[in-house]
Amino acid sequence: MTALNQLTIAEARDALRKGDTTSLALTEACLAAIEGAGALNAFVHHTPEIAREQAKAADARLAAGDAPAMCGIPLGIKDLFCTKGVPSQAASNILKGFRPEYESTVTSQLFGAGAVMLGKLNMDEFAMGSSNESSCYGNAVNPWRRGNDTAELTPGGSSGGSAAAVAADLCLAATGTDTGGSIRQPAAFTGIVGIKPTYGRVSRWGIVAFASSLDQAGPMTKTVRDAAIMLGAMAGPDAKDSTCSDLPVPDFEAALTGDIRGKKIGIPREYRMDGMPAEIEKLWSDGAAMLKDAGAEIVDISLPHTKYALPAYYVVAPAEASSNLARYDGVRYGHRAKLGQGDGITEMYEKTRAEGFGKEVQRRVMVGTYVLSAGFYDAYYNRARKVRALIKRDFELAFEAGIDSILTPATPSSAFGLGEMADADPVAMYLNDVFTVTVNLAGLPGIAVPTGLDGRGLPLGLQLIGRPWEEGDLLNHAYVLERATGFVSKPAKWW
Amino acid sequence: MSIDIDTARRVAHLARIAVKEQDLPALAGELSGILSFMEQLNEVDVTGIEPMTSVTPMRLKRREDVVTDGGQPEKVLSNAPDAREGFFAVPKVME
Repeated sequence: MTALNQLTIAEARDALRKGDTTSLALTEACLAAIEGAGALNAFVHHTPEIAREQAKAADARLAAGDAPAMCGIPLGIKDLFCTKGVPSQAASNILKGFRPEYESTVTSQLFGAGAVMLGKLNMDEFAMGSSNESSCYGNAVNPWRRGNDTAELTPGGSSGGSAAAVAADLCLAATGTDTGGSIRQPAAFTGIVGIKPTYGRVSRWGIVAFASSLDQAGPMTKTVRDAAIMLGAMAGPDAKDSTCSDLPVPDFEAALTGDIRGKKIGIPREYRMDGMPAEIEKLWSDGAAMLKDAGAEIVDISLPHTKYALPAYYVVAPAEASSNLARYDGVRYGHRAKLGQGDGITEMYEKTRAEGFGKEVQRRVMVGTYVLSAGFYDAYYNRARKVRALIKRDFELAFEAGIDSILTPATPSSAFGLGEMADADPVAMYLNDVFTVTVNLAGLPGIAVPTGLDGRGLPLGLQLIGRPWEEGDLLNHAYVLERATGFVSKPAKWW
Repeated sequence: MSIDIDTARRVAHLARIAVKEQDLPALAGELSGILSFMEQLNEVDVTGIEPMTSVTPMRLKRREDVVTDGGQPEKVLSNAPDAREGFFAVPKVME
């Protein structure tokens, strides 16, 4: 018998509708699992009262019939989402004590559909990081371990708490956000599914901004079907976000036909990096073989500007971040530094930001400030935006040639140990995003699917990249891959 | 492009982040490392390419120029570190 907190969204939805369980029972099972998982440091703000209240309301709605798919489903919410009256501090000390007076569009839609919030999830500060080590709450810990080795591993980042919580069955699913890979890399490191939708599919309103032209929220779930269900509830037009598309949201779950016969799947040769571990290479070719067996045509393609994606990203993202994070000045919310005798407003800004921002955030804000400063704007920022246009063009040409989706590895390695990258160059950490940033730069949908374990027993994932606005088709490709690999491994409970 | 200590000091000030004088050399080194990584972009021929302004081809939405929200100063000020008499309070700006 599967414990209630181990259910998928689809299983829970069906059980709720049949009356086999209640939202309150699901919620209590998750709250108990969270209670016992302090060692993972995934949940950083607990909201059991809100959860129980929402669960009771969901049960009443279910009893009345006609409840939406997400009704009564207990979720974890990344700390980046503003949730009314509940601490929402983007894992930063500069937002300590901030309790929004409003609800983000995504959480508002999820709660409107009857979903239950268990609490807020750990993440890298302002979503800047690939290991959840830049959080003001301390590291989130991956429930997976290297065999019997007790060394703590990263759940990835920036949505590390979301990934750890879903993998450890602390919630049925979680929200994540992805600016350069922050949903897909942690999903791959923890053996779960994560989709970053097309830019503009999901409203960004009420999500603490990192890089506004790249940020997109998405679901992190146990299965592809769950991702389809939850994305449907998160997506849709929003008058409060002018970059959010007015396109209607299709029934993503209905797109999961399992039939990809005749589809063309591209294998980009530029993603075959020097020094790529043999395990990743094999995972990738096995994945392609499975899609071929399912009737798809595998096509070698070229995305020639791939190698410039990472440097272009690390100009564009910090530039936008330096502008977005200018609002944290100690005036309207969060932390303000104690001032000395004679300190004026400039000292207030400088001391507040030095105390409130962590090292990586400070570094990126300063890089962004530099590339936008007079004399360097053209050389760095404008050049990066031109290269970004070329990267997008690479994908457009592939899709024009008839490619339906593109298969790549999700990450260059499995989860690494917490602290292992502490002395590394910041650029070495940035390499984690090498397979995922291109997708953000081009505004495309991308999904990470767990497809195997490495030699040490850690999960590895593949990424599928889809045509813009074709998340349904993309999810169907991922569904075929998920079924073909039959990945069902779960971490052995040690926490 | 190598960042010297003076440039690091200037960037920190532009970003309104206080950096101690003794921390500037390390900061200059880190910024130099990151910027040299970005130098790769110079290998790309970008002749005739327009810098991307919007990743999805969409016209920016228009709406009626009317008040849609407001009239809630208490909520706006509720998270302020220092608010007085309906205003955000800050240290003296002018002498």
